[in-house]
Amino acid sequence: MSATPHYTPYHPKWYRRRVSVWWWLQKGSSACFVLRELTSVGVAFFAVVCLWQVRALAEGPEAYARFLVWLRTPLFLALHAVAFLFVLFHAVTWFNLAPRALVVRLQGRRLPDGIIAGANYAAWLVLSGVVAWILMRG
Amino acid sequence: MPPTVTLTVTRYRPEQESEPTFQTYEVPFRKDWVVLDALNYIKDKLDGSLSFRWSCRMGVCGSCGMMVDDTPKLTCAAFLSDHLPGPIRVEPLQYFPVIRDLVVDITDFMRKLKTVKPWIIREHEKSLAEGEYLQTPSQLEAYKQFSMCINCLLCYAACPIYGLEPSFIGPAAIALAQRYNLDSRDQAKRERHQIVSAHGGIWECTFVGECTKVCPKNVDPAGAIQQYKLTAAGHWFKALLLPWRTR
Repeated sequence: MSATPHYTPYHPKWYRRRVSVWWWLQKGSSACFVLRELTSVGVAFFAVVCLWQVRALAEGPEAYARFLVWLRTPLFLALHAVAFLFVLFHAVTWFNLAPRALVVRLQGRRLPDGIIAGANYAAWLVLSGVVAWILMRG
Repeated sequence: MPPTVTLTVTRYRPEQESEPTFQTYEVPFRKDWVVLDALNYIKDKLDGSLSFRWSCRMGVCGSCGMMVDDTPKLTCAAFLSDHLPGPIRVEPLQYFPVIRDLVVDITDFMRKLKTVKPWIIREHEKSLAEGEYLQTPSQLEAYKQFSMCINCLLCYAACPIYGLEPSFIGPAAIALAQRYNLDSRDQAKRERHQIVSAHGGIWECTFVGECTKVCPKNVDPAGAIQQYKLTAAGHWFKALLLPWRTR
């Protein structure tokens, strides 16, 4: 036997399995993950509507009135309902994952996950409250 | 309690077949047996040609990782009783090329692990006479969790990104890079940052989170990657706002 073993960089008879296009349907957690990624479509929808609203405002009162009529159509109401559910799912899964990414140490100890997630939820509630107050005031 | 349990095991004999097949074995059921015990029973009593890796039998060596009923597990810690009534499907770790039966080739991981420089790097080494590098318990605590990795590669087998994007450095290697970044004795954060935030690094990860779920040592590689992303984003902002402060 030689003192210096010789390694080949490849193995001619490896078997490599291709990843199925449907990999995300094989497990509940994977499907949940892909759904979370898809919720970004809902976020994008709200952003586009918001931009559209700004454009209508810039075009004058008549254009804005037309925009408001559009918003009241059943199609838009349905789209908004679906997008809202998407965004809600997005926000909740995001806040629940926040403690994994955010490590806060206080006096050498890592703050528990509940406090990090709780702080995120609290900030969400406060900001939502501020937005609601601004809207209701008018 | 059933007297026996059936195992459906992947067989791949490259000299005989072009793709893997399944073979079933009937093994005695014992409450204290894990899947690895059943595989060893098969090897000793039923079929000596079955190939698989194992060493310590106690979750330390990290060599007996396999897919047990579609989930990456250390077979030395996967009790038969948790997989009843069977048949229990035992396959090689997914996303890795199979060499033979349950043995996979991990060369890709070994190569990637080396690229993140998982060792302590000093700008200036102290001489032996100056003594050791001291560390407080809280400095140890900062990286200890990530240092528990045993390179069992269950996290790679759980990561669909690794399966779809073979250039991804992967969960364990990034967690180990973070282990050295967080070590107060190390001075090579910038060096590793270049590698880990480049193509194939942290930004490939979409936070599926499965790596953390399957980790037998609670290393939380998904957490390591997201924390690294936060640091990298911080660096980017700092370089944007204070360009004269970055080297």
